[in-house]
Amino acid sequence: MSLGGYDVEVQRPGGLATEEMTLNMGPQHPSTHGVLRFIVKADGEVMREAIPDVGYLHRSIEKIAEKVGYHGFMPYTDRVDYVAAMPCNQGWAMVSEKLAGIEVPRRAEYCRVIACELNRIASHLLSVGSMGMDIGAYTPFTHALREREYINDLLEDLCGARLTFNYMRIGGVAWDLPPEWVPKAVAFLDRFEPLIDEYNALISYNKIYVERLANVAVITAEEAIDYNLVGPNLRGSGVKFDVRKDLPYSVYPEFEFDVPIGSGEVGTVGDCFDRYMVRINEMKESCRILRQALAGVPEGSVLAKVPRKFKPPAGDAYVRVESARGDMGWYCVSDGSEYPHRVKIRTGSFTATSIIDKVSRGLMLADLIAVVASFDLVAPEIDR
Amino acid sequence: MSLLNTMPEFTVTTKIDEMLNWTRKSSLWYMLFGLACCAIEMMQTGGPRSDLDRFGAVPRATPRQSDLMIVAGTLTLKMALRTKVLYDQMPDPKYVISMGSCSNCGGLFQLAYSVCDGVDKVIPVDVYVPGCPPRPESLTEGLLKLQEKMMQEKWLVRRSGAELAAAEA
Amino acid sequence: MDAAALHQTLQARFGDAIGTLESGMEPAIRVAPAAIVGVCTYLKTDPALGFDCLSNQSGVDYPARHEIEVVYHLISYRLRHACILKVGVPRDNPAMPSVAGVWRTAIWQEREIFDLLGVVFDGHPDLRRILLPEDWVGHPLRKDFVEPTEYHGISTKRESML
Repeated sequence: MSLGGYDVEVQRPGGLATEEMTLNMGPQHPSTHGVLRFIVKADGEVMREAIPDVGYLHRSIEKIAEKVGYHGFMPYTDRVDYVAAMPCNQGWAMVSEKLAGIEVPRRAEYCRVIACELNRIASHLLSVGSMGMDIGAYTPFTHALREREYINDLLEDLCGARLTFNYMRIGGVAWDLPPEWVPKAVAFLDRFEPLIDEYNALISYNKIYVERLANVAVITAEEAIDYNLVGPNLRGSGVKFDVRKDLPYSVYPEFEFDVPIGSGEVGTVGDCFDRYMVRINEMKESCRILRQALAGVPEGSVLAKVPRKFKPPAGDAYVRVESARGDMGWYCVSDGSEYPHRVKIRTGSFTATSIIDKVSRGLMLADLIAVVASFDLVAPEIDR
Repeated sequence: MSLLNTMPEFTVTTKIDEMLNWTRKSSLWYMLFGLACCAIEMMQTGGPRSDLDRFGAVPRATPRQSDLMIVAGTLTLKMALRTKVLYDQMPDPKYVISMGSCSNCGGLFQLAYSVCDGVDKVIPVDVYVPGCPPRPESLTEGLLKLQEKMMQEKWLVRRSGAELAAAEA
Repeated sequence: MDAAALHQTLQARFGDAIGTLESGMEPAIRVAPAAIVGVCTYLKTDPALGFDCLSNQSGVDYPARHEIEVVYHLISYRLRHACILKVGVPRDNPAMPSVAGVWRTAIWQEREIFDLLGVVFDGHPDLRRILLPEDWVGHPLRKDFVEPTEYHGISTKRESML
């Protein structure tokens, strides 16, 4: 019998009947990264299908936007993706600015880029760390969290919160860079960059780790586009697309950086290892962007004049930002009043979850953990 | 070890209740049960810097092995019934820490149509930790408060005949 | 290809099924509900257009206009261009064909619109609620949605903040 991922020889001694088994994984499961549930139909250890059941963290953020107004919605955007909250802040700020036609000061754009890239490193650290933990290696997780704490310190200095920042405002950012903050951030980069290589030496090319990830859940470029995968998941399949590069926003065109893509270095292009490695390489690129941004922060104010009663003209706008989980779309319809008529958040985790059923067919049950971890799913980003 | 070697034979006097409580509070296993944003702070609290292990609290993956449920995050209506099931699966005596505004009272998401405003509507709560999300220090403080509470518990209680009959029934 | 040229190309091919080009911050092409599958198939398969990805599909409720609008944000990774389609369906009987056969990402995005706004997509392989529980009543992103007072015995109002 040949099933998608493996050639499986099912041994059935004469007369012994086997039957399909329905397993329930989640909503409380240590490696589903939040409340996510899979209904798995398994033949022995091989999955026939794994149907995701989402919505356990549906907090109706889109409806709340219609009740709290433009300025008031900013704290809620933190909670759309709490692992990387800065890009969500930026998405909401950008779509409101686009509706009202507000120009953001250059210093504020630099502050945003610095905050977003720091947050991207923090998010990828959590992703690669918890991937190690899910697969059975606890040590890399503590290493990743150790570095993450330093980033949390930096971001706390910047905006007073460790996780849900509420840093950006429509028209700029809330606080300027604190005094002596830039050298601290550079010192962090000096310490952190060599640690990526240490991390690679510790876990990335570990034999067991590679065996668990290489050639598992291969997604071709066509499938990835058809299922609307974005960000590192799309780039892991070899599609070179990054919103920061291809549909540039903010001051990203001023920086030099590469877009890492999956190369199939230990298996096939588009397997779990490629998605993992893209994140490792993206951390290096984020460090590059950060160094350039920190060296070139211009003088000026950090917040444009925006009326307290913010009433953009009627119309709709759609912006894309590159969050840590990829192309994040913010669609906002304004009816000219103080409250948005409709806000829709298009997130990377939602579409990534929809492909799990397809790629998991024929894999071993334990591979489902690796697949989920490789997509870097965050539950509220799926459910909003 | 040095202290033990210098005092090869020694006696400690304490109450049985206190000794029981002391042993129980020093190995408080919590269920790895993250709901939303607070789960990340809970992970960081268990991480290298805050290190909740110091107080004997280690994560367990299953409710059947845990003494403590840390409800970390927003409880939606869809999840509320499952949370009750998880709580029922935990062996007695069991404790609940409600971590963060959302599980205390709904917090930011009181405006939502699909959110249960407070986990105490579904299961009993011992300690409420405020914050959105609480810092690792707050969660550690919450755990210490729970340990204080555990130390107050009485296990050897003289009961009247009527109370015994009620307990057996 | 810019929106005006695309609008002309589509109008030449599909005639009356293509409505006006909505000028605004981002020009959008209005399409009749019945023609949406044909238009999308053409947009995806024509080599000069090549919209290989349905980036975002969202529903918006307009009670004043008595319609629910489904908005398609398309992007072409190969040619690096984007376009927006808008389809209006009547509010009291919101039904329209599904594009799940064109882009498979629509399977989940249409389920979400069905769940939150109640638009029924004909020809969808698996149209059921996705975010809310199966036994939920109503579609919350409609403007006239009334919050339930309780769910399985859990009241949704909190009397005291403490």
